[in-house]
Amino acid sequence: MRKHPIRRLLLTSAATVSGVVLLLALKSPSLLPGPAASDSPPPAAAGAQPAPGGDASAGTAGGGQAGGGDGTGAAAGGDGASQQGGRTLTGDPVRTQYGTVQVRLTLADGRITGAEAVRAPSGNPRSDQLTGTAVPVLGRAAVAAQSADIDTVSGATYTSEGYIASLQSALDRTGG
Amino acid sequence: MAEPVAGPVAGRPPGAARDRPRFRRIEKAMGTVFSFDIRGPRARDAWGAVEDAVRWLHRVDGLFSTYRPDSQLSRLSRGELSTAECDPLLTEVLLLCDGAEQLSDGWFSAYHSGLLDPTGLVKGWAVERASQLLFDAGVTDSCVNGGGDIQLRGNAAPGRPWRTGISDPLRPGRVLTVVEGEGELAVATSGTAERGCHVIDPDTGRPPRHPLVAVTVLAAGLTAADAWATAAFAGGRAAREWLEGLADVEAFAVEADGSTWRTSGFDRYLAGPRGG
Repeated sequence: MRKHPIRRLLLTSAATVSGVVLLLALKSPSLLPGPAASDSPPPAAAGAQPAPGGDASAGTAGGGQAGGGDGTGAAAGGDGASQQGGRTLTGDPVRTQYGTVQVRLTLADGRITGAEAVRAPSGNPRSDQLTGTAVPVLGRAAVAAQSADIDTVSGATYTSEGYIASLQSALDRTGG
Repeated sequence: MAEPVAGPVAGRPPGAARDRPRFRRIEKAMGTVFSFDIRGPRARDAWGAVEDAVRWLHRVDGLFSTYRPDSQLSRLSRGELSTAECDPLLTEVLLLCDGAEQLSDGWFSAYHSGLLDPTGLVKGWAVERASQLLFDAGVTDSCVNGGGDIQLRGNAAPGRPWRTGISDPLRPGRVLTVVEGEGELAVATSGTAERGCHVIDPDTGRPPRHPLVAVTVLAAGLTAADAWATAAFAGGRAAREWLEGLADVEAFAVEADGSTWRTSGFDRYLAGPRGG
């Protein structure tokens, strides 16, 4: 095992390494699993669960509302969200490594019925790829996640973080 | 880098119970985005506690940034400072890194290519500590997400645990599965999705060569979850057995062909049928 000079310095100056190892190894007794149903589907099967309406078409506003399951009578698909009481909220522009992202939400009856990027990175192959796939897909995910009642998402970074940040600021404006 | 992208606005989310207090804030730090979502009885007056937690994140950023040449970490790495001259937090994190390296058979390492780089653990540690700061201030129900690595406490609503979607690394924006847990639960994901590979095999100094594209680790605290996700990603398929041997740690991995595997206790955390 290679020894880094800084590490040698550190190890000689501190005698508590094993204590730290213990700290990492010991888990809080409060780690209790949630009340998962015994017939919970395996992850592969669950893949379809949180993304109702997540079809492969372009992520335009109003396309993702499906199966909220709570009977709030939110606007159905199509473009109805922009009329009859629907309103739009635009999030802050957020700078990312690849460019600026800005998100606009469409709401009807207090529910998100659409999410789209009004500004998205472009100009190089990588940003075009991200904008072409991640941004519209995230728009559907935002709508679907609301339907699926997800509070947060693990594993998304960079442009999607910018997207989420702009989305979040638009969401914040939906409040009282 | 430090500017807030959205002001601290206590908002009422669409689709949530109208009488349920909630506080949200987004903050850019450490080259990523942090989000705070506070529920429960203290949500209405959580502003100050969240402000303190945000200040903590920026302090960590200033100390540990590998991008800022004037950070204590950068100066320590160049030999301009000794650990004794640094903030004690540096020593704390480097000791945690050494512990993680020992417990992971070297898959986790803060030392590669002659550089000192604890980033595989420091963000998780910072988020876990931010969550602790909130708790110490009386905030019992919180979700702190640092660039996709999450520390949860309490519940999203009475009787309704926090639900975390695990994003599909092969189809950005899609969620593969949803996990939930009561009490303290941390969810960390390491992988190549979107950001490009940010994990280095400590033996070769190069990105790992194996079929994993992402691995998500569940543990009580995000310091450990982040370190084990980093280690497992570096270890690749071989990490599965090692993950099985860790007490109170579960994992879910996605391979390049889209197939998935999970540790034997992972399914206990699968969210139940949608509702509530």
